[in-house]
Amino acid sequence: MADITVTNIPPDRAAVASQWQLIWWAFRRHRLAMVALVVTVLMYIVALLPGFFAINDPNLQNARATFHPPQRLHLIDTQNGFSFGPHYYPMKLTRDPETLAAIFKEDTTKRVDVQFFGRGYEYSVFGLFRTNIHLIASPDKTTPLLLFGADRLGRDVFSRTVQGSQISLSIGLVGVFFSLMLGIVLGGISGYYGGRIDFFLQRVIDFVLSLPTIPIWLAMAAALPQDWPATLQYMMITIILSLTGWAQLARVVRGRFLSLRTEEFVAAARLDGVRERRIIFRHMLPSFASHIIASITLAVPAMILAETSLSFLGLGLQPPTISWGVLLREAQNIRSIATAPWLFMPGCAVVVAVMALNLLGDGLRDAADPYNK
Amino acid sequence: MTDIVPIAGRPLLQVKNLTVEFPLRTGVFRAVSDLSFSIEPGKTLCVVGESGSGKSVTARSILQIVDAPGRISGGSIILNNQDGGSIDLTSLNPRGRQIRAIRGRDIAMIFQEPMSSLSPIHTVGNQIVEALRLHTRMSKAEARAEAISLLKQVEIPSPDKALDRYAFQYSGGMRQRAMIAMALACKPQLLIADEPTTALDVTTQAEILDLIARLQKAKGMAVLFITHDMGVVAQIADDVLVMHNGVAKEYAPVEQIFHAPQDDYTRMLIGSVLKLEAKAEIRQARPPLDTTAAPILELRNVSMDFGEVKALDDVSISLLPGETLGIVGESGSGKTTMGRSIMRLIDPTAGEILYRRADGDIIDLATAKGQTLAAARRELRMVFQDPFGSLNPRMTVSQIIGEPLLVNGVAKGRALEERVCHLMEQVGLDPRARERYPHAFSGGQRQRIGIARAITLNPRVIVADEATSALDVSVRSQVLDLLMRLQDELGLAYIFISHDIGVIRYMCDRVGVMYKGQLVEIGDAEKVCRTPEHAYTQALISAIPRPDPRDRDHSRRFRYVAPDILKNGTFQR
Repeated sequence: MADITVTNIPPDRAAVASQWQLIWWAFRRHRLAMVALVVTVLMYIVALLPGFFAINDPNLQNARATFHPPQRLHLIDTQNGFSFGPHYYPMKLTRDPETLAAIFKEDTTKRVDVQFFGRGYEYSVFGLFRTNIHLIASPDKTTPLLLFGADRLGRDVFSRTVQGSQISLSIGLVGVFFSLMLGIVLGGISGYYGGRIDFFLQRVIDFVLSLPTIPIWLAMAAALPQDWPATLQYMMITIILSLTGWAQLARVVRGRFLSLRTEEFVAAARLDGVRERRIIFRHMLPSFASHIIASITLAVPAMILAETSLSFLGLGLQPPTISWGVLLREAQNIRSIATAPWLFMPGCAVVVAVMALNLLGDGLRDAADPYNK
Repeated sequence: MTDIVPIAGRPLLQVKNLTVEFPLRTGVFRAVSDLSFSIEPGKTLCVVGESGSGKSVTARSILQIVDAPGRISGGSIILNNQDGGSIDLTSLNPRGRQIRAIRGRDIAMIFQEPMSSLSPIHTVGNQIVEALRLHTRMSKAEARAEAISLLKQVEIPSPDKALDRYAFQYSGGMRQRAMIAMALACKPQLLIADEPTTALDVTTQAEILDLIARLQKAKGMAVLFITHDMGVVAQIADDVLVMHNGVAKEYAPVEQIFHAPQDDYTRMLIGSVLKLEAKAEIRQARPPLDTTAAPILELRNVSMDFGEVKALDDVSISLLPGETLGIVGESGSGKTTMGRSIMRLIDPTAGEILYRRADGDIIDLATAKGQTLAAARRELRMVFQDPFGSLNPRMTVSQIIGEPLLVNGVAKGRALEERVCHLMEQVGLDPRARERYPHAFSGGQRQRIGIARAITLNPRVIVADEATSALDVSVRSQVLDLLMRLQDELGLAYIFISHDIGVIRYMCDRVGVMYKGQLVEIGDAEKVCRTPEHAYTQALISAIPRPDPRDRDHSRRFRYVAPDILKNGTFQR
């Protein structure tokens, strides 16, 4: 039997299969991770083009829609004869005569057909051009479609969640990118050279890992001037998050370097006359690149959670910037829990994103080394 | 396949049409198919085969400890008890009370790696006492006394003290003895030994085999012995079952297997073992070496200390051009350290390693640096032991073989490709397979790739560190023949490091014997193997199991004890 984990591939193809191909074959057998991969890719597509997937302008306030409950999208209409096609019924606002509480009721006499690739509010794509085409658009501007309901200012929670995904999902990537730079360089130096340098860097890592993260984040985030522009704030928050995140990655990189240094094929390469740089980049780096990718995938959700907690506590990003953490601040008090539980929808998005990334990372980690059983 | 004629009385264990399967995603892998054999009380059945033949799976299925997801899909394993009852082991629940009662009490097992089979956190004594008290109604004190007597039986020195030590304080041989003591604790009727001596040195192996044989005689125990070593089979077996790819190839008394094999595979197996019993034909035919030539490599008083341990202690040896110098020794003798010092993978602490270049210049490899060392390394190459770990799994064969040429600027592009194809042909590989990755090759083929890489830069000296010890015996002689052919074609000198004296005798001109970092004897390979001078070499040669059941003289074996260790008691490492 061959000593690779993939058994359902014809031997001819397996014989010439590169590392990445073998990883992909092993990963593909991991059902849950495949589902997670699909979910993750979909979410990042949404994060890339939030304007296209949003229905209403996320910043548009609407006094008539305060705490508007979520609306259903119907497919088959039986109220006005029988017809087929996605549509919704606008809701009618009445007030309870005694408590004056708002009561929303579906008005089935009016029917609004939603349009795919229809026109809506104008948004900018990558800052390159402006358009107003949306995946789902409602022709009725006065009674907009509110899939996740509306918040206390009548803003569309669905569109805000979609818009928030851009910052929340990208902050994970950018933060991990910064940690990775620090982690690979410092961990690589530590593992490759060993000795005193290794000792010193490991103590630094010990120190960083011993810091209580949340108070440190809070202190640093609190020190950010509130009048900075949103983009600068965003950069600073990612840097704050990655300052503590790099240590774990550096540990992983160092461990891989240490174990690879003793591999016979590295000794063989040295005897072949291969220079240090080529040994590192041609022999050692490809050997742990897949492990690094798995570690990164597992680090991204931690970053997302960190940003969410910071913003939730009011020390991260500030409104009007929209992120999932900022949105969840709306759900901080008992009143919103009681009257508008749909304000937790951004929280669901966080859960789904973190779960998907964690499962994806688990699958990648299992498939990362196709040469050992 | 011939059925064994039952000798008086009924067999202890009868295996009939055993089939073990491992379900895979694309179908079912049959590790063992339709296997039948039986074991008589007091007899030894050897199951022999190369890697992947299903011999271990067979042993494990008897105790129902086949690794998941494997399962017994057919056949029966009948255990006939002394009281007249019999039981089909395949019908028992693998986690049930009944099979647990049989494990250890009726059938005991010892494994290949004694370190991982003993718990590191309990003393050896506690582990034996536990085995005893699980299966018998002994009090703690009784069990302890019994454990001491067991350790005495397996010849562990001062057993009352050894009882309270941990496994890691034992040497490899002592650990295996402790494992045997534990296996024997409940006086099993059948002992299954799965490659129990493979991880041990040959002198220790001889002692363990003697010990098992003696205990077997004393207790009338049956032994099922799994091994790949035909020499061991010849020494201990009554009957032999030869397996290949999960199928029984031949099942016969040991005499027939060795002297009148019926099956082609058995014949091939015996043939490749016997081939290594004498010097290679192409070496016998070769004209004698010019012994007056200036040595190409000379070690002068080389020492290497790892802290307290002297891995190399004042070693001096020289290598003639075109010569094959064997270095033989047991684990920890410093032979690998010597090879690595020559390649400067480690820096020796003292001494000179003088290399004579083709133009007559002499460089000291022990202190060479930079360009000089790099240039020398182009002419001194190494073949590694592990055919799996020494090839980068993420590079194609063409990239692996071509890398020395590429990084040294010898060839690139089309020229490189052609050189790689030529090299692959030279080592007997199909050049069309050059775009494949190492995982698509068998162990022997990978070792050929390693050899091709070693000869890319037209070297003059090759250091081969246990280059064939990871290979099956039938592949081993092929690789050795390849090395000798290349030697004659390319005029190479070899330093051939091995623990296997058969391999050394087969291909080496001279041999150096190492013991605890010292070179105790050096001389003509034939002479050292036949009439060794040093007492250690004599012990080493005497311990090698001869692949001939008619030659079972245990009395000539003895253990070499260095004069200075005698005083320090008997805890040897």
